[in-house]
Amino acid sequence: MSILVDDDTRVVVQGITGGEGKFHAEQMIDYGTNVVAGAVPGKGGQEVAGVPVYDTVDAAVEEEDADASVVFVPPAFAADAVFEGLDTDLDLVVAITEGIPTQDMAKVNKRLSEVDTRLLGPNCPGIITPGESKLGILPGNIFESGNVGLVSRSGTLTYQVVDSLTSRGIGQTTAIGIGGDPIIGTDFIDALELFEADPDTHAVVMCGEIGGEDEEDAAEFIAQNMDTPVAGFIAGRTAPPGKRMGHAGAIVSGSGTGTAESKINALNDAGVPVGDTPEEVADDIEDLL
Amino acid sequence: MKLHEYQAKQVFADAGIPTPGSALATSADEVVEVADDLGYPVAVKAQVHVGGRGKAGGIKLVDDAEEAREAADSILGMDLKGYTVGKVLVEEAVDFTNELYVGVTMDRGEGEPVAMVSEQGGVNIEEVAEEDPDAIAREHIDPAFGMHPYQARKVVYEADIPRDVAGDVASILTTLYDLYEAKDGSDIEINPLMVTSDGDVVAADAVMNVDDDALFRHPDLAEMEDEAAGDDLEAKANEYGFDYVRLDGNVGIIGNGAGLVMTTLDLVDYYGGKPANFLDIGGGAKAERVTNALDMVFSDENVDSVVFNIFGGITRGDEVAKGINAALEQFDEIPKPVVVRLAGTNAAEGREILNADLVTVEETLEGAVQRAVEYANTEAEQ
Repeated sequence: MSILVDDDTRVVVQGITGGEGKFHAEQMIDYGTNVVAGAVPGKGGQEVAGVPVYDTVDAAVEEEDADASVVFVPPAFAADAVFEGLDTDLDLVVAITEGIPTQDMAKVNKRLSEVDTRLLGPNCPGIITPGESKLGILPGNIFESGNVGLVSRSGTLTYQVVDSLTSRGIGQTTAIGIGGDPIIGTDFIDALELFEADPDTHAVVMCGEIGGEDEEDAAEFIAQNMDTPVAGFIAGRTAPPGKRMGHAGAIVSGSGTGTAESKINALNDAGVPVGDTPEEVADDIEDLL
Repeated sequence: MKLHEYQAKQVFADAGIPTPGSALATSADEVVEVADDLGYPVAVKAQVHVGGRGKAGGIKLVDDAEEAREAADSILGMDLKGYTVGKVLVEEAVDFTNELYVGVTMDRGEGEPVAMVSEQGGVNIEEVAEEDPDAIAREHIDPAFGMHPYQARKVVYEADIPRDVAGDVASILTTLYDLYEAKDGSDIEINPLMVTSDGDVVAADAVMNVDDDALFRHPDLAEMEDEAAGDDLEAKANEYGFDYVRLDGNVGIIGNGAGLVMTTLDLVDYYGGKPANFLDIGGGAKAERVTNALDMVFSDENVDSVVFNIFGGITRGDEVAKGINAALEQFDEIPKPVVVRLAGTNAAEGREILNADLVTVEETLEGAVQRAVEYANTEAEQ
């Protein structure tokens, strides 16, 4: 079992004619993802990575029965691409693009409350159900099918933790990168709720980082609503206030909100062990399983 | 991106928000000339991106030409929390009866902008927010609907702004929101918004921060970016296209992906070292980017060792290793010990390829960090 994506997920790649879009469409197909179409305005009728390209996402959904999209569109046009995806019958839109203006995302966020489609990202590595399907840029070969769910704000940090798990023979149900931006679609709580409802997920790793209060909110959710055990990790303990640490969302405010300490305390209070190192997170998961 | 006070005031004034008469000056002669024109008293204000300028001696109120020259001499060239003051704003002093606060920012938890008004301006608004949250009236704005005048009036009345200026303050708030939207602001505020003894309102300070990710559609604002005012290395990082933050330790850190780099910093601290920087090299690790990253870190004279932590995902470890070798071979001498840790796809092949004469190769993240901390401590003792 898994959450959100599996063998049956039919994927349209928005921006498939660009360098990144084409490369990752091929990587996804190699991994076994059921990529059925591309969508690029003005490029309808072409074929890229062995799949037909349509001018609109609507046409791709209608002709190829797609139910999810992955967005590889440059920042200036990405919000428009996400709006287009949300305005169809797709179940899921995964936005990989980094650098979408925050006010564009505020408008997207507003639109999300009016549609049934789920957004993952932006500025995220995507989602993978090992052995079945990956939507995004995650390196498939480090993942192994198993019973641990993963949700993270960071790409390479996820890979680091997954690598530790896989090398100990601990596989994953699904791994989700929710993205490092201040305003995102699916958040920790949404992902945790899905893992809690998945009978095959026996434990969850949650990798947070400085900035905002999503980890604190997630801790409260875990305490009140989850039976599935969770192990945590928080990056950015040494980050100085007022400096953006790579991710647009990874910033401790001048007044001191969004610190690693506050997040670690909140998680500990919710009964979630927080590792000092990624290896300790794998130790914690071994203990919890 | 942060605008200087004088830049933000220009943007505000162009939008019709009243500001005191002022001009920029870069020498004591200019300060006196401008002050004579404006008429005394005037304020001489350092233009640097540092909070708490007043307390640190960066703002002085002067009554005559002699005092103006003294203020200019003490402020121009002074070091304010690591930034050298090169410009001052000379501004008419405002005879005020009341100091208010108005601002617009993004409430990231709600994913919506929020307009804020307080009758307790003139002090650090974050302190007010902490000590007396009810002293700040807030109104969330639907970004698709925009801010309408009734919302501005609502929040102004809620903040108990004196009735005789409520209309003016509401109108300024509406203008501020329009600017926030049109210019992709991230934080935009007037603190204090002064009520003068004549019953007018004037923006005595101006803060305008713009979303870096939106600068592509605001070339006029991007041009205002003042790189010389910041840290030299941070300016260099901009040029190379790296996410870089300078810290005060001695272990240089290079890695890929924000979360993993932050984790590497945390581990350096955890194992008893002090991180010198955050440097995210991004996807891939082409020789040129590696060279630039090493150049950056070696340029920091505090650095005693470097830990290079790359998780090869789509970019294979063997390719990364070739990039690192090529970069290191360009140096006649490696100035400080470099520890490399490669993981992920084809990591074992990558480790084989790495030139062990030039770098120390470690298999685990924890091992690499411990080794780099050890090197740094040894170097620091010498």
